[in-house]
Amino acid sequence: MQLTLWTYEGPPHVGAMRVATAMRGVHYVLHAPQGDTYADLLFTMIERSPRRPPVTYTTFQARDLGGDTAALFQQAARDAYARFQPQAMLVGASCTAELIQDDPGGLAQAMALPIPVIPLELPSYQRKENYGASETFYQLVRGLARKPAEGAPRSGCNLLGPTALGFRHRDDVREITGLLQRMGIPVNVTAPQDATPADLARLGEAAFNVVLYPEVAQQAAGWLQRQFGQAFTRTIPIGAQATQAFIDEVAALAGIEVPVAVREEASRAPWYSRSVDSTYLTGKRVFVFGDATHAVAAARVAATEMGFEVVGLGSYSREFAREVREAAALHGVAPLITDDYLDVEAAVAAAQPDLVLGTQMERHIAKRLGIPCAVISAPVHVQDFPARYSPQMGFEGANVLFDTWVHPLMMGLEEHLLGMFRGDFEFHEDAPASHLGHAAAPPPVLPQQDAQQQPQDAAATWAPEAEKELHRVPFFVRGKARRNTERYAVDRGLMTITVETLYEAKAHFSR
Amino acid sequence: MIPIASATDSGCTDAPVLRERGQREVFCGLTGIVWLHRKMQDAFFLVVGSRTCAHLLQSAAGVMIFAEPRFATAIIDDRDLAGLADANDELDRVVTRLLERRPDIKLLFLVGSCPSEVIKLDLQRAAQRLGQRFLPRVRVLSYSGSGIETTFTQGEDACLAALVPTLPATAQPGLLVVGALADVVEAQFKRLFSGLGIGPVQFLPARQLADLPAVGPQTRYLLAQPFLADTARALEERGACRIAAPFPLGVEGTTAWLRAAATAYGVNEARLQQVTGPAVDRARQALAPHRARLAGKRIFFFPDSQLELPLARFVARELGMQLTEVGMPFLHRQHMAEELALLPAGTRLSEGQDVERQLDRCRADAPDLVVCGLGLANPLEAEGLTTKWSIELVFSPIHGYEQAADLAALFARPLHRRQLLAAA
Repeated sequence: MQLTLWTYEGPPHVGAMRVATAMRGVHYVLHAPQGDTYADLLFTMIERSPRRPPVTYTTFQARDLGGDTAALFQQAARDAYARFQPQAMLVGASCTAELIQDDPGGLAQAMALPIPVIPLELPSYQRKENYGASETFYQLVRGLARKPAEGAPRSGCNLLGPTALGFRHRDDVREITGLLQRMGIPVNVTAPQDATPADLARLGEAAFNVVLYPEVAQQAAGWLQRQFGQAFTRTIPIGAQATQAFIDEVAALAGIEVPVAVREEASRAPWYSRSVDSTYLTGKRVFVFGDATHAVAAARVAATEMGFEVVGLGSYSREFAREVREAAALHGVAPLITDDYLDVEAAVAAAQPDLVLGTQMERHIAKRLGIPCAVISAPVHVQDFPARYSPQMGFEGANVLFDTWVHPLMMGLEEHLLGMFRGDFEFHEDAPASHLGHAAAPPPVLPQQDAQQQPQDAAATWAPEAEKELHRVPFFVRGKARRNTERYAVDRGLMTITVETLYEAKAHFSR
Repeated sequence: MIPIASATDSGCTDAPVLRERGQREVFCGLTGIVWLHRKMQDAFFLVVGSRTCAHLLQSAAGVMIFAEPRFATAIIDDRDLAGLADANDELDRVVTRLLERRPDIKLLFLVGSCPSEVIKLDLQRAAQRLGQRFLPRVRVLSYSGSGIETTFTQGEDACLAALVPTLPATAQPGLLVVGALADVVEAQFKRLFSGLGIGPVQFLPARQLADLPAVGPQTRYLLAQPFLADTARALEERGACRIAAPFPLGVEGTTAWLRAAATAYGVNEARLQQVTGPAVDRARQALAPHRARLAGKRIFFFPDSQLELPLARFVARELGMQLTEVGMPFLHRQHMAEELALLPAGTRLSEGQDVERQLDRCRADAPDLVVCGLGLANPLEAEGLTTKWSIELVFSPIHGYEQAADLAALFARPLHRRQLLAAA
């Protein structure tokens, strides 16, 4: 047993949902107890998806455990097929159903549905979300991709790995697709994002594969290489230099020269990094944590494109621990492979970096420690599924990285001014950078406002009980409640504010 | 024409209820931990479950998870599944480590989940064993918050029901208000009861273990929440007696709730009017503008918290809304009798869920406002329906007079917003 509060990854069936939700024409029948539908809201709320994930849950309850859970599963699968008419179906079990051993694969096979049914074996007590996504995509590819005819012409490439709930997957796909197009390389199939089972059948028609996210697609790409002889890319195009290397690698796989126009393409980020305002970035100490792909890429960009010093590198992706260890050796730091956020917090506190690059969790760790932070990897919250275009990959991605990472640090000029006006009331030594907001200055702002407010509106005084009641109002609206009540009292010439006055005012202003 | 006079008199008392089974788009009882741990300040909730349970709590708790909350999950792994004896040792190890790190904890709940129940890990025995080891510093109890046993707010019911047998005994008469309420609401109710001369009044759950109420044959209790069937049964086993009442939502609900207590304690109507009068006027006034906006609008409730019935009664009677369907995860006929009697006759009621079929009915009804969970809300908005996400109704202070307008505003805001965006 492991004592856990925060988890970097969900259970493996959530990974399967990420693949199913990304695709079209696929339905996932999940043998699961009541309550597991909570995972739907990750997609509808965090990613703001306008449609429900294509998942049917069997929703068994305690009274079903007597023996008819298998029938329940078959009924759910039958209903789902009739209602959604998918081109292919995924069937599997969540952690609890794994224990009752109903074998969704066998049960579904016995129903002889007229579509491909792909059973998923996802060991919930050993593996996690990314494994679930990888295994699901692999099984889909294995089950649906058709071997192309001998000697059939092959052209272009497939783009493998983008899923639902992926960190910036939407925009990375657009960025890399555009780049490949400018190189004259057509994208045959992008999968799983927006792909149908029929698209997966055509995977073999491409000359090679581009693996954007090894956590999801490396296993499937390996299979495609063995079965269809399609090579796949190893370079992750995050950062301006890596994008150049990616262009060379892709050109070599496609057997073409890099077109001159693409050769001359560039990101603004390298120039921004060289411009004198960036000099202050030199040697800033940075701690990097995230999924293996993003963490390794971020560490490389930090060291070679931003001039930072990498003082910590780690990942929660055990599947890719070797890659993280190799990268850590390159930067001369000890690798941190853990899924316990307390270990990460301890490591950040010990390293005392100037900047943390991490996940949603590191954002909070950094906030607590008063250290600037930028998000580079899932898990992320709703604000990191932005409305604006913001890829991490390609040349535009490099621009986004520069802005995102530098923003939480003080800009050079700002730092210079701070030095000049040290001691000035606004710019004194302990003043935190403005973006750190309340976190670095723990005393909340509201009580001060409360205190300042009092002398102005001293016409009415607060009865002790009313004052006590006011403090039961949540702190973030307390200031407003106080102002409104005092205004209300002053307007009516009341000398004492009682509990009644407080609620009179509340009722009055609620209109 | 068939005379329906008797039906109108008794509202929905004898109304048929559509009972459905199928996919349920609801939370499990573990979610209750998210608000219970805020209320019970020296308690810690340790879920014994899978990574899914931890992930659910993380998703439900949102940013709260970063504020050192007093809950966690002991994630079962494949080694624990190998043999039960091992799982018990592992649990003891995890609890010991936890209690060493959190010396402020006085009450520990071991919370059962679907996986722990399917492998038949006996948490009740574990709680006894650990209780013996850690008493008197820490009291250890257990309850089930699993999806196979409980739906959403039933987690609170299971938790409080586990607490009841451990409450101190008393022979003194007293009133017990049952159900976790926001502190501000609790304080308002305290003042109202003291104005009525009813006392002593105690609340379950209490903020501190030391303040837990005593219970005995002279205890009368009022349910503040509609989802407390097991807790009520446990209280009756201790000899306590329920005061039947509708739930204190809206002006009418709150008055009827207080009146039930007043009647039980022999407080006359004049005193009741005098004590509640100012708050009633104030709340009515504050409700009026919302009523103007919402009257005549058609509303559909998906099942979620068991609050649906009292909420439907409030929006129908006090805001003039029209009910299309009121879905609830579970209908407790006895506790809901007063609510059913107040509901407009002819309301379509449903218990349980087959989400796809219910969505079909909802689309066919084309209501002005749909109350549903976050998994359905955005997809329905994308279809053109206006929604109010239901979880907010559990987390926000909505009970009592002073919150009646806030409650109405929760329903009014999505419609107002839709109007604003359409006008632009």
